[in-house]
Amino acid sequence: MLTKRIIPCLDIKDGQTVKGTNFVNLRHAGDPVELAVRYCEEGADELVFLDITATVDKRKTLAELVKKIATHINIPFTVGGGINSVEDVSVLLENGADKISINTAAVRNPQLINDLSATFGSQCVVLAVDVKNFDGVWKVVTHGGRTPTELIATEWAKKAEDLGAGEILLTSMDHDGTKNGFAIEITKEISTSVSIPVIASGGAGSMEHFSEVFTIGQADAALAASIFHFREIEIGELKAYLKKQNISVRA
Amino acid sequence: MDVKIIKYNAGNIQSVIFALKRIGVEAEVTDDLEKILSADKIIFPGVGEASSAMKYLKQRKLDEAIKSAKQPLLGICLGLQLLCKNSEENNTECLGIFDTEVKRFRSNDFKIPQIGWNNIEPIPNELFKGIVKNSYCYFVHSYFAEIGEHTIAKTNYINDFSSALKKDNFYGVQFHPEKSAETGEKILKNFLEL
Repeated sequence: MLTKRIIPCLDIKDGQTVKGTNFVNLRHAGDPVELAVRYCEEGADELVFLDITATVDKRKTLAELVKKIATHINIPFTVGGGINSVEDVSVLLENGADKISINTAAVRNPQLINDLSATFGSQCVVLAVDVKNFDGVWKVVTHGGRTPTELIATEWAKKAEDLGAGEILLTSMDHDGTKNGFAIEITKEISTSVSIPVIASGGAGSMEHFSEVFTIGQADAALAASIFHFREIEIGELKAYLKKQNISVRA
Repeated sequence: MDVKIIKYNAGNIQSVIFALKRIGVEAEVTDDLEKILSADKIIFPGVGEASSAMKYLKQRKLDEAIKSAKQPLLGICLGLQLLCKNSEENNTECLGIFDTEVKRFRSNDFKIPQIGWNNIEPIPNELFKGIVKNSYCYFVHSYFAEIGEHTIAKTNYINDFSSALKKDNFYGVQFHPEKSAETGEKILKNFLEL
């Protein structure tokens, strides 16, 4: 039986893992490769690395980091953060990334989704959709949550699927870092509107939250960062809990 | 050991190179027919679309090279599908090593493609030596090979399908051993030890 995936996410700034609340107030969480190896051993199903470095030689340092990760881990991993072109993706894949995630660039130029899936296959194109609730309407926001758009979240997800996105990584900005639980409603709405997998992100604080997002939210995978980095929840323990709830996970 | 990975226009194969490196093998990626046919082991990877992949293989006579291989050859994902008789993906006639049809998943209730970890039920076989029943492997695919006489492992998603096939020196796995943690590493090692 296909299992629900647990995906730790590592936000990378200048080669170090960091984690903030609602995308600000960053604190350090250690060496990304060491953390990645630890997560592999603990039974993570995939990993996501989001590079939030803004310096000019970002590309080069990111490529080096990706290569180091690829050398050390034996599960799929996605790399995102500031990807703008086929060329950017090509460099990351050559260095061993399995998938890439795009966000702002895809909103600005939806054709990029098409170009990437035509060049590399849709299996490696993860569309990150950051959403925020504006008076009951879930809309897409960009630039790490700072810029609102007029895109309706579900419409955008459907369009991205048509353009060739392979998966949707859905983050609720209202929930991210709060530990109050995932955005269940919008996760369910999008997951039942598209046929590609949806990875829910933002708000995980307890094991119940994961169980909720898989059952009621119908997410295919769930992503979290700080609760794993700071060992508030251990992946093994979480999987044992989910199994007890009759949710299929890789033991 | 001389391991060659067949080079053709099929997506990202770096993961396979890195996985082999992790188990201590430096493989060369090539479309040189002589080099491929003189290797100890051949890996036929692939993500992508069946008809354009077959066209590319034919243009470079890689199709004949694959069919004439006498050494162990491992098809991965699209590689497995191309070793079958034909594929529903753009009605493509494939290499015909395995007497098996490749069909598209059909369902209103399940996500397509299947992406993620699913368990395999292998029958006792040298490729799966030391792999227990229901071990998890990582899959990404919309098409599947039907169950048939060459099936050596099955998996269920929407329906039962062949997660691995074998005929003579030809092996195929639908999942990605290069991304399937310890289970995948063990399977790759078993293949290299054939």
